[in-house]
Amino acid sequence: MRSAIYRNILQAPRTRTRTRLYHAAVLPSLVSPSSPEFLAKAQAMDQAVADIDAKMAEVRLGGGAKAADRMRAKGKKLPRERLALLLDRHTPFLELSSLAAYDVYPGESVPGAGIITGIGRIAGRECMVVVNDATVKGGSYYPLTVKKHLRAQEIAREHGLPCVYVVESGGAALPHQANVFPDKEHFGRIFYNMAQMSALGIPQIAIVHGISVAGGAYVPAMADENIIVREQGRIFLAGPPLVKAATGEEVDEETLGGGQMHSSESGVTDHLARDDEHAIAIARGIVGDLGKAGGKAVPPPVSPEEPLYSAAELHGIVGTDLRQPFDMRDVIARIVDGSRFREFKKEYGTTIVTGFANIHGYPVGIVANNGILFSPSALKATHFIQLCSQRQIPLLFLVNVTGYMVGSKAEKGGIAKDGAKMVRAVACADVPKLTVVVGGSFGAGNYGMAGRAYSPRFLWMWPNAKVSVMGSGQLSQVMQSVSRDPTQHASLKAEIEGQSSSVYATARLWDDGIIKPTETRDVVGLGLALAARAGVAGTTWDGGRKGYGVHRM
Amino acid sequence: MIPSRHASANTLRRVAQTSARVIPSAVSHSVAAVKTGKGLKRGAIPAIGHLEDLRPHARAFATATGSPSSPLPPRKPHFDKILVANRGEIACRVIRTAKKLGIKTVAVYSEVDADSLHVQLADEAYCIGPAPSSESYLRMDKIIDICHRSSAQAVHPGYGFLSENAKFAEQLAKEGIVFIGPPASAIVSMGSKSESKTIMSDAGVPCVPGYHGTNQDPQYLFDEALKIGFPILIKAVHGGGGKGMRTVYEPSAFFDSLESAQRESLKGFGDATVLVEKYIERPRHVEVQVFSDTLGNTVSLWERDCSVQRRNQKIIEEAPAPGLSPELRADLSAKAVAAANAVNYVGAGTVEFIFDNDTHQFFFMEMNTRLQVEHPVTEMITGLDLVEWQLEVAAGNRLPLTQSSIPMVGHAFEARIYAENPRNDFLPDSGPLLYLSTPEPTHTFAPSLPPMSPATSNADLSHATILAPPTNTLLRIAPSVRLEQGFTQGSQIGVFYDPMIAKLVVHAEDRTEALRILRKALDEYHVVGVSTNIEFLRSLAGHQAFIDGDVETGFIPKHREELFPPLPDPSPELLAQAALFAVLRDHPEQSTSPWTSLASRRFGGDVYEHIITLQTETGELEQPFSVHVKSLQSGLFDISVHSTPGASPTEFHAVAAHLASATSLSTTLNAEAVRATIVSQRPPPHVPASSSPHTMERLHMFSGGRKTTLVLPSPNWLISLGGDVLSAAKGALKAPMPSLIVDVRVSVGEEVEKGQAVVVLESMKTETVLRAEFSGVVKSVGCVKGEMVEEGRELVDIEEGEL
Repeated sequence: MRSAIYRNILQAPRTRTRTRLYHAAVLPSLVSPSSPEFLAKAQAMDQAVADIDAKMAEVRLGGGAKAADRMRAKGKKLPRERLALLLDRHTPFLELSSLAAYDVYPGESVPGAGIITGIGRIAGRECMVVVNDATVKGGSYYPLTVKKHLRAQEIAREHGLPCVYVVESGGAALPHQANVFPDKEHFGRIFYNMAQMSALGIPQIAIVHGISVAGGAYVPAMADENIIVREQGRIFLAGPPLVKAATGEEVDEETLGGGQMHSSESGVTDHLARDDEHAIAIARGIVGDLGKAGGKAVPPPVSPEEPLYSAAELHGIVGTDLRQPFDMRDVIARIVDGSRFREFKKEYGTTIVTGFANIHGYPVGIVANNGILFSPSALKATHFIQLCSQRQIPLLFLVNVTGYMVGSKAEKGGIAKDGAKMVRAVACADVPKLTVVVGGSFGAGNYGMAGRAYSPRFLWMWPNAKVSVMGSGQLSQVMQSVSRDPTQHASLKAEIEGQSSSVYATARLWDDGIIKPTETRDVVGLGLALAARAGVAGTTWDGGRKGYGVHRM
Repeated sequence: MIPSRHASANTLRRVAQTSARVIPSAVSHSVAAVKTGKGLKRGAIPAIGHLEDLRPHARAFATATGSPSSPLPPRKPHFDKILVANRGEIACRVIRTAKKLGIKTVAVYSEVDADSLHVQLADEAYCIGPAPSSESYLRMDKIIDICHRSSAQAVHPGYGFLSENAKFAEQLAKEGIVFIGPPASAIVSMGSKSESKTIMSDAGVPCVPGYHGTNQDPQYLFDEALKIGFPILIKAVHGGGGKGMRTVYEPSAFFDSLESAQRESLKGFGDATVLVEKYIERPRHVEVQVFSDTLGNTVSLWERDCSVQRRNQKIIEEAPAPGLSPELRADLSAKAVAAANAVNYVGAGTVEFIFDNDTHQFFFMEMNTRLQVEHPVTEMITGLDLVEWQLEVAAGNRLPLTQSSIPMVGHAFEARIYAENPRNDFLPDSGPLLYLSTPEPTHTFAPSLPPMSPATSNADLSHATILAPPTNTLLRIAPSVRLEQGFTQGSQIGVFYDPMIAKLVVHAEDRTEALRILRKALDEYHVVGVSTNIEFLRSLAGHQAFIDGDVETGFIPKHREELFPPLPDPSPELLAQAALFAVLRDHPEQSTSPWTSLASRRFGGDVYEHIITLQTETGELEQPFSVHVKSLQSGLFDISVHSTPGASPTEFHAVAAHLASATSLSTTLNAEAVRATIVSQRPPPHVPASSSPHTMERLHMFSGGRKTTLVLPSPNWLISLGGDVLSAAKGALKAPMPSLIVDVRVSVGEEVEKGQAVVVLESMKTETVLRAEFSGVVKSVGCVKGEMVEEGRELVDIEEGEL
């Protein structure tokens, strides 16, 4: 909140005129931060956030000190150092799925799935950055590494973000090849995406800092423009041992695929750098020279304003116990500009809250849960989503849904068809969607509230959030009625409980990362700024008469 | 005595009167004083008429001295237009007074000075040739031609250049143009050391006892030395720079020293003639400002002390001289007036004395027949405008004030700001004034002083009281700061002329107070682009011996240790500020997009930390300093400074910092609000990167009265690339700075050996020899002897090869 005060002092008078509407739209704050209930909730959420912080700190170390020292000894920069050098100084970085592969592979620790992805500014443009973490299993691709890489490319494509690949990888993790190589959404898709994006006018840039072998060799080879570090970067389809086995030729790595050779003879690389830092400096120069291909940021139409109430109070408002209700307006009041929320159909279908607001100056339509979805709630949401679609206002889903109402009354009232209207509206909405799961996301409510399957531009979860087909208690009850073995009931409940946790979800890339409640406004603001970008190409996967991308000559 | 001078006083004598020098036979002190007194009486009363429109307190004086009885000579008008035959601060100084008096000014300039300040200030300006002085500012013919073209009636020569050139004065006279300075005869007399000493001895002005004759018989010289009394100094007549000079403390060492001095003189100057003089162990340089008009009046404007010198040049001057008794002051003034009268002096002049700090004896050294660099200190304590006086006298008018009403109020210092490197034997530096920030001057001219009453009534003619300054014990004066500058930010301190950037003049109630003001003003004087002596002056002005007034010409060598304390490593606070500056100035332009407004924020796992490495300019550090800056939120930072390898870092938490301007950083370190001026100096883009700090970005920091320069090291890859460029250009010798080609010692096709002198350059009066870096053959020669070359010009290219 100090920063809020700071900005309020520093900023010039706002452009928005203070009309009566302004006062009417300001959400009141009715929470009592000293109540025992609030304090208990806050404490629980503090703990949940601290747990996530600790996990992220652990993951941030990558493959650990030994691997880091090994890289340093070779004169290399560490993956996160490369990232920091690549980004414009003092600009934000939105990291994606940092807890990917957390506790997924039995007996193996693959922090961050061995890859760092995120959106940051390079030479004044927002770019998607994909950094192999060679301290983790030599940067090799596990199934979730591939998934994280592909997801980054998907986000880049949807937002027209130039991609910079910071390459140092031994290619597919061979023991996992069956889950890495053959399927549609596997390794090959990386290069398909690169070719598609290049054709769509989304620049693809690669920096080869180390080994880039076999399938990995195609990242620089498919790139529009690339850089290799002298006597460090290596690109070949097969390494010396394989070459010897295949043809009997004995050759060292540098001769086979070193920077000097590729830059002067094969033409596989375009720029020869002296060291990591130089390579990154060249890459920054390239991004600076992207011209119109890089897309363009669009500033918000109105000046941003801080909310009136402290974001820190979100902890005490929401808590971690999903059974405890809270008014989503209290959350909205701590996320939107000036805590102003122009609510739509306030008195109708009151278990869903809809309305217009601005976040970091960008207009947004908010759909938020305030209980179980009844038919009127579903109809109201459908109506509102159509309004936003017509007005081209992006949608923000603030999710805390246990699902659509069940029971004969609801079924008679046609909850299935009304819910379907809402799901259809979400699926076909012609505007970018952002989803933040602040509580539970259960059952069909997950669909209606733009779950992963409905391709929101981004989906983030709070540390306390849960995703599953139904609440764990409910689910275990149902399971009990089906299964006769009572000894399994307890373990089943625990398993379901574990599988619905945010860490379980984020480790499997069911989201784009866990965010802290206090960061919600800023993260959503960054997402809205990306959604507002101009010059973004169509999203077709079939070429769309765009011809080919850039062939490496 | 000079009775004839008074007789002819009413007929206007100007520079043309060169033959009127009358050498008085013998003048005793008292006689000189009486003469001066007469001059006063004569001068004071008729002067009242024009004093009324000049100085209010002159009226007070007139009332105090009774009614005027003699008729007033008509007041002569000022010139309409004058030419200023100089550059830099003195040209600006003259132009300022001329403007004040409504006189049009004509500036002359060399090609490199086309954009300089004096050209901008003047009403008209004419280019008089290329940069070297001999082709511009010393070209009398061109200057006289410009006088005619511009119809300037008089020429102010400033100091240096043609200011003490008798031929110039004569030529101007011939052309009917007034030379604002003394008659040529006075210049000639004072220009010759031996002649001036004879004149002075004859006029009763004490000279350093010594033998300057032609008899070089060792025994004879020894007898002379005994007469003078040891310690004595043996000096080569044609010598200079300490060569052929020997100090002899004991008679027993005389002959050996004489022989070696003669030998050195013969070797160095082709002549073994020496002179023998009294050696003064703790000499001071004390000089008296005198002023004479064409009507025979001469006054003393009191003395200045310019003892503290380096490379035989003054750097700090003050008025009045510290520790002089009123009697001594009066005596000095009397002797100086006598000296001026002895050569029928006209205008502003300075009589320099060597003052024996132990015996309080003083001896005539020389007379400078011009307005001196340090004239402002006299202006400050007298409240006068000496350039105005020069113009007044040149117009043929009387001196505006008489001796008894010339004030002496407070104490003034002048510090000369030079582009030079004090830690490297004060060697001159050249370059652009990339950044210049000065203390706020309170005055353009000297502060005007309230009316003074003469010290005593006119009846008391003893010189000790006549030449005592008027006193006003009730007078309280406010401290003042005055700047004499010839350059602005962006100006080039070139290689062609004197490297003085500016003069900082302060005035306050007493010496201690004036020094305090001086120190403060020096703290606020910030220059980037060239090395300066500002920090040195600051140490000097804070040195206890200097504060105590314990000055002597050997002050700097005597106190060298304290004046040049070892440079401390930059403090963690300073490093933190440098790092914050580097961090803040790289912040992207603020916009409303969260992608810039959420500066340095990290979401989803990453942590923002920025490591800034810094090193000192000497680059001797094995391990550069590293400063980790963590951005907390807008404008707040956690900083940890790793300055000593192995030691734990210094931490600063939640430091608020912002850039108040591009060069001003405000921070709060350890609860102390600190403001520092930080100026970044980037290397010229065409200079290939190397490990030399001069190819890296430098941060010049002014904080707490200190200047510290830190270097942001270039990345290795840049140095690696620069190395390629440098090795590709290997063998090409380039001019390291703008300079004059003194000699080209090779020609195309010639074989050279490694280390062989190839080209000799001169820059800032210092010669540099460029040598072949390896043996080979001269491929090309890109310069000719006598040519001026710019920095980076390829002078000679040598192809490596076996001889």
